[in-house]
Amino acid sequence: MGESWPIVATMISSPSASGPAISLQNVRRTYGAITAVDDISLEIGAGSFVALVGLSGSGKSTLLKMINRLTDPTAGEVLIADDNVKAIDPHILRRRIGYVFQNIGLFPHMTISRNIAIGLELAGEKEGRSERVAELLELVELPQEMATRMPHQLSGGQQQRVGVARALATRPGLMLMDEPFGALDPVTRDSLAGQYKALHDKLGLTTIIVTHDMAEALYLADRILVMEDGQIKADATPAELLSGDVGDEAEALVAVPRAQAAHLIALSKKDGAKKA
Amino acid sequence: MTEAWQQAFARVPELLAAHVQLSFSALLLAMALCLPLAIWAARAPRVAAVILGFASLVQTIPALALLALFYPVLLGLSALLGGEISALGFLPALLALTLYALLPILRNAVTGLTGVPPAARQAADGLGMTAAQKLRLVEAPLAAPTIMAGIRTAAVWTIGAATLSTTVGQASLGDLIFAGLQTQNWTLVLTGCFASAGLAIIVDLLLGLVERGIRERRKVMAWGSTAVIGIGLAIALLPMLAARDDVVVIGAKGFSEQFILARLIGSRLEEAGYEVRYQDGLGSAVVFQAVAANDIDIYVDYSGTIWTNQMKRTDTVPADEMVEEIAKWSASEHGVTMLGALGFENTYAFAVRPEDADSKKLETLDDLARVSSDFAFGTDLEFLERPEWAMVKAAYPIQFKEARSFNPTFMYPALSSGEVDVISAFSSDGRIAANGFVVLEDTKGAVPSYDAMILVAPRRSGDEIFMNAIKPLVGAITVENMREANYKVDREADKQSPRQAARWLDEQIRNGKDQ
Repeated sequence: MGESWPIVATMISSPSASGPAISLQNVRRTYGAITAVDDISLEIGAGSFVALVGLSGSGKSTLLKMINRLTDPTAGEVLIADDNVKAIDPHILRRRIGYVFQNIGLFPHMTISRNIAIGLELAGEKEGRSERVAELLELVELPQEMATRMPHQLSGGQQQRVGVARALATRPGLMLMDEPFGALDPVTRDSLAGQYKALHDKLGLTTIIVTHDMAEALYLADRILVMEDGQIKADATPAELLSGDVGDEAEALVAVPRAQAAHLIALSKKDGAKKA
Repeated sequence: MTEAWQQAFARVPELLAAHVQLSFSALLLAMALCLPLAIWAARAPRVAAVILGFASLVQTIPALALLALFYPVLLGLSALLGGEISALGFLPALLALTLYALLPILRNAVTGLTGVPPAARQAADGLGMTAAQKLRLVEAPLAAPTIMAGIRTAAVWTIGAATLSTTVGQASLGDLIFAGLQTQNWTLVLTGCFASAGLAIIVDLLLGLVERGIRERRKVMAWGSTAVIGIGLAIALLPMLAARDDVVVIGAKGFSEQFILARLIGSRLEEAGYEVRYQDGLGSAVVFQAVAANDIDIYVDYSGTIWTNQMKRTDTVPADEMVEEIAKWSASEHGVTMLGALGFENTYAFAVRPEDADSKKLETLDDLARVSSDFAFGTDLEFLERPEWAMVKAAYPIQFKEARSFNPTFMYPALSSGEVDVISAFSSDGRIAANGFVVLEDTKGAVPSYDAMILVAPRRSGDEIFMNAIKPLVGAITVENMREANYKVDREADKQSPRQAARWLDEQIRNGKDQ
């Protein structure tokens, strides 16, 4: 069971392949008296790029972790391409899903090359590791000579590129990203996010990204889920969100980048007027 | 002087090898125990608290006491298991040192494992590592430098504490220190100290390099120093592989007379073709058990000691009757052969300075009792706990101002310098006469007689060649000769080794027989 949900990008250059669809059915997760995720049902289409947005403690990370079983739901079912994750050994399941998180977690005692290939090592794949590493370094736009470096010799942005490459090494169809660019400076963050979006499209992945930054979500995703108190308060495309008829919670989050953008436009007009 | 150094150095290689064997075994055992415990403790904070608490508690027990405690424990265990376990020598030393090495290894291993960055753990989980893979690929390598530092600390402690294993009859560099201390042979003491300190420093340096190699991921450094340690170990362990023939182990308590008599017996047995080894410095309580358990093959004890300590008798009988009763008792109760009395007595003798004896008119123990409230009493380390002291106190109303215990070596200087006013000297000790001390007479016969006698382990009882090699010593040693032999070793100037004194004593015996 669950041996063959679509593994995308067996050929890196194949844009037609598609990541799996995800289905959550009445999923609930409580920690003692606290309900982190409150009875959520959700269908995520194959190949979509979904952003989970919300304030800290809204339950978005917990929801993400129930998909690769870093956390198990108290109640409800999670299905990946029609396979119930409960039926799959968690280690096997996680090896088939790319996972990227804010603190990156490169193994400090391993070279970049071994860090990237660790998933292949776990899977017992011995052949073609170095070729795959070279391919992935190219994919995340890092120079080949990085392969022999140690993690501490890399900048934060370079490290997260390695983090993405490591997650992609076993050719997963599904990528789970938990605040992946949260710790990076704005410039690095922007360029890395843009490059990842391109990768998502190129590889035909299904990506679910958790972020508290609405601007990032609007830029990256084709579907945005706004979470509050363990529930989904809004489910909309970026365009719908910006149009402003999807509820107060969503509007509160969208208001921030909107106000910032308006301020920036106003500033540049003033500046333009001065120059003129 | 150079000869003394040469003699001391000649003993170093064998003792160094024994020292390394013991320390390494203890360290290895401690690591084997600690690493699984640490993995468990790192995952369960409550377990960590309990285990680290126990290890810390062990650490507060002085190493010497820990070693001493294992003797009765193992003796009890041995009785339970039908006498298969040796309560003396390697085993108790190994166990005590292992316990001692637990704390640094455990503490560092737990610190190292819990100190693995949470992000690395999260990544390992997210990548789908099993618990075993996570330990092998992530946690263990990241904790390794810290664990190594703990092993290094434990190694240095163990090498230091291993010098104390002499007291439970395990050969180590401590043999040189203890023997040197007993006979005031400072060359021996220094040699033992330098050798064990040197060993500790070298091991510390090498393990430090291994630790640095791991921390800085410099494989050549880590493996290179590991290889050097490995070669050193191989050299030390090599003698273990060589087949051990039937070696006679000669026991001795911790004073010069015992060392000399052990060497005398040893030289006779060597003449008869036996290979011999010495276990010096055994406590009075331990040594009889050791011979009964075949841990040692032969030693010299004193009738009064067996009478009071082992047979728990409080009555006093004539000396020859006592020797006979001991022979019967030891054979029937323990299978130990009492081969015969050597011919001299070494009893407890209360000795005072000649000027005190004159001015205070001290001749007997009754006289001593009269002045005892003004007198400070100096004894060896065990006398105050021995039944003889209780018997003396019962017979004479003695109540000293204070009582202090000394290593026998320092008891005599303490009396002559006036630190104490009376000591429980040994009657065969050459230093009584050499210092002109006056021995007070035991007019009531409170102290039993202490004829030196040879006791042989059960497993040698049928060995005719063995018995015949020793028999000529029975009745052959006069108290004058023994005193002189003792004095050759104990005196300050022109000191001789116990072996030299034994050789001199042997000559006197042979001359005596020829006449």
